[in-house]
Amino acid sequence: MSSMEGFPDSCPVPLSEYPEVVMAHGGGGRLMHRLIDELMLPAFGAPESALRHDGALIAHAGGTLAFTTDSHVVTPLFFPGGDIGSLSVYGTVNDLAVCGAIPEWLSAGFIIEEGLPMETLRAVVRSMARAADTAGVRIVTGDTKVVERGKADGLFINTAGIGLIPEGVCSNPSRIAPGDAVLVSGDIGRHGIAVLAAREGMGLAGTVESDLAPIVGTVRGLLDAGLDIHCMRDLTRGGLAAGLHETASASGLTVRISEDRVPVREDVLGACELLGFDPIHVANEGRFVLYVPGGLAHEALAILRRHPGGGSASILGHVEPGSTATVIMRTLIGADRVVDLPGGEQLPRIC
Amino acid sequence: MRFASEYRDAAAARAYAEAIATICRGRWTIMEICGGQTHSIMRYGIDRLLPDAIELVHGPGCPVCVTSAELIDRAIGIASLPDAVLCTFGDMMRVPGSRTDLMSARAAGGDVRMVYSPLDAVREAAANPGREVVFFAVGFETTAPVTAAAVLRAEALGLRNFSLLTAHVLVPPAMEAILRNPGRRIRGFLAPGHVCAVTGFREYESMAADHGVPIVVTGFEPLDILEGIHMCVRQLEEGRAVVENQYVRAVAGDGNPDAIALVRRVFRPVDRAWRGIGPIAGSGLDLKPEYGAFDASLRFDDAVSAEPEPTPCIAGRILTGEAKPGECPAFGTSCTPERPMGAPMVSSEGACSAYFRYGHRHGRSR
Repeated sequence: MSSMEGFPDSCPVPLSEYPEVVMAHGGGGRLMHRLIDELMLPAFGAPESALRHDGALIAHAGGTLAFTTDSHVVTPLFFPGGDIGSLSVYGTVNDLAVCGAIPEWLSAGFIIEEGLPMETLRAVVRSMARAADTAGVRIVTGDTKVVERGKADGLFINTAGIGLIPEGVCSNPSRIAPGDAVLVSGDIGRHGIAVLAAREGMGLAGTVESDLAPIVGTVRGLLDAGLDIHCMRDLTRGGLAAGLHETASASGLTVRISEDRVPVREDVLGACELLGFDPIHVANEGRFVLYVPGGLAHEALAILRRHPGGGSASILGHVEPGSTATVIMRTLIGADRVVDLPGGEQLPRIC
Repeated sequence: MRFASEYRDAAAARAYAEAIATICRGRWTIMEICGGQTHSIMRYGIDRLLPDAIELVHGPGCPVCVTSAELIDRAIGIASLPDAVLCTFGDMMRVPGSRTDLMSARAAGGDVRMVYSPLDAVREAAANPGREVVFFAVGFETTAPVTAAAVLRAEALGLRNFSLLTAHVLVPPAMEAILRNPGRRIRGFLAPGHVCAVTGFREYESMAADHGVPIVVTGFEPLDILEGIHMCVRQLEEGRAVVENQYVRAVAGDGNPDAIALVRRVFRPVDRAWRGIGPIAGSGLDLKPEYGAFDASLRFDDAVSAEPEPTPCIAGRILTGEAKPGECPAFGTSCTPERPMGAPMVSSEGACSAYFRYGHRHGRSR
């Protein structure tokens, strides 16, 4: 009934080298890292440590500055728990905060599509002002460009930010050491699910709100307590998996976590089950991972839990000396597996 | 999470693993058919809990992986037409045709839209009367009823701008083909629970009897799979070869009669080429002649399928359980999820992708 004898050994598929930029090049996964490694780093000759962290550290006579930038494109512009305005402020503020900096000044660059309702722009700008106020930063310079209808998806915003790093603070993957505890500052996966649900109009029961929030207060709490913070990394597109993977890679050590310690809300978990997503790969906008010496784990946890959004903060695991940099997760059924960097865009599966 | 966490319990998993080790005397190679099961095995590390005497090999149960390059080329061709909208499931986006993939077609200006249901594509057609909306219908018996419902919906709405590029495939003919392969090592099967929820498992009973293989209809949670393996090993040790149903909470012997009726009303079985495997008689579904108005392949000129380049990829042997991903010279080196050579590396349900994502970098499950 079939011609199965002698299956062709080779699958008739050529390499796909992507002669054009595809969405996954911006997905926060492996494709994006390749783009940075193979195109940006060699061209700019910037110190790798700067591009590998969330911001560059610039030493000058008065101390150390942290400097970072982030462009924001989100559909829809308004989603449960936030909008592109608050996202553009908190995204940059959070990148500075995980460098151990107190964020001070922001720039704002707008690329606006012709035809965007003025009322929409007004609402976004108001939201940015409120967000800046909440995060304790000032928007001190900016730029506005308008492009023809169809040349931009409504509105894109770029922000850059400068923060001041207090004396003695050094948050960097190079400081991660065997014996460190690794913590997450709250439940994960809310932002990705909230935006997807709003974009696709999925009738998910209940409404998942984005976790979008400034983490400045939480980081200040940790710094004020005098904790020796080895490294912080805010979790964005690639989710917890990418945050852990990037820090483990940069440190050259093995990070071991337990799946049953990963805090995920029931509604987020349910949406992930439906879509075939792993919550550790889903985007966040108000969460970070934290490496501290093992002995300080519980003190750090108590501080995380005292701050807004940190009620379900958790000690995920610890750092081990390792011959290869990797993240290993003890699964719910008690077996170990490697946590990998996602390839690019998370694509909802078929069944 | 309710209705899921109770199937992911560490103590219960250990108990099942011990029970399997206790009854296992021989060495058994078992194939799980469905890509969803393969992913559960890798994601939770189920293979690492099993005794060495049990080897799991991974079946062709990923509809995206087995869709032929020719059909993908046609989808890309349609997506590139000025007035066409091509709707597809997300995991089809990065599967390469003979030259390129749908994501690249979208980057090049083609209108490719990800949908969650074929009914979303019908909505697109209703909302865009001036455009030709084509749904790239991929999937096993699980998704075929919804595709059939979409056709009937489009008919009821009187839509003339909706059509299907049909790539539906059927599980039993593929299993039959694997069983007839001379030199097969596979001694038992975990049959796909969700497919059987639609079709039931009567068709599998003659297969088990004719070929002397136990077939256990199995779910997708870790404890489902461990229990399915336990039932399969018990049959093998006792020398039995029948169909058993592990997934009783979802599957009835006769399946879902309404869903079956929908499929029979709209589709008819046809021969279909499986990527990496070749043509299998009666293994696909296509629109019945009376629904020919919804057939995209009749509506659009055939896209030219480019000549494939030779590659070291052994996807065909992997999809039939003859080889593990690590036996492929390209695995993890020239073939990775972002630069895939073969479909099992592209689709999130493919065996190579599962091995890569869950850290079996050496390509063996243990």
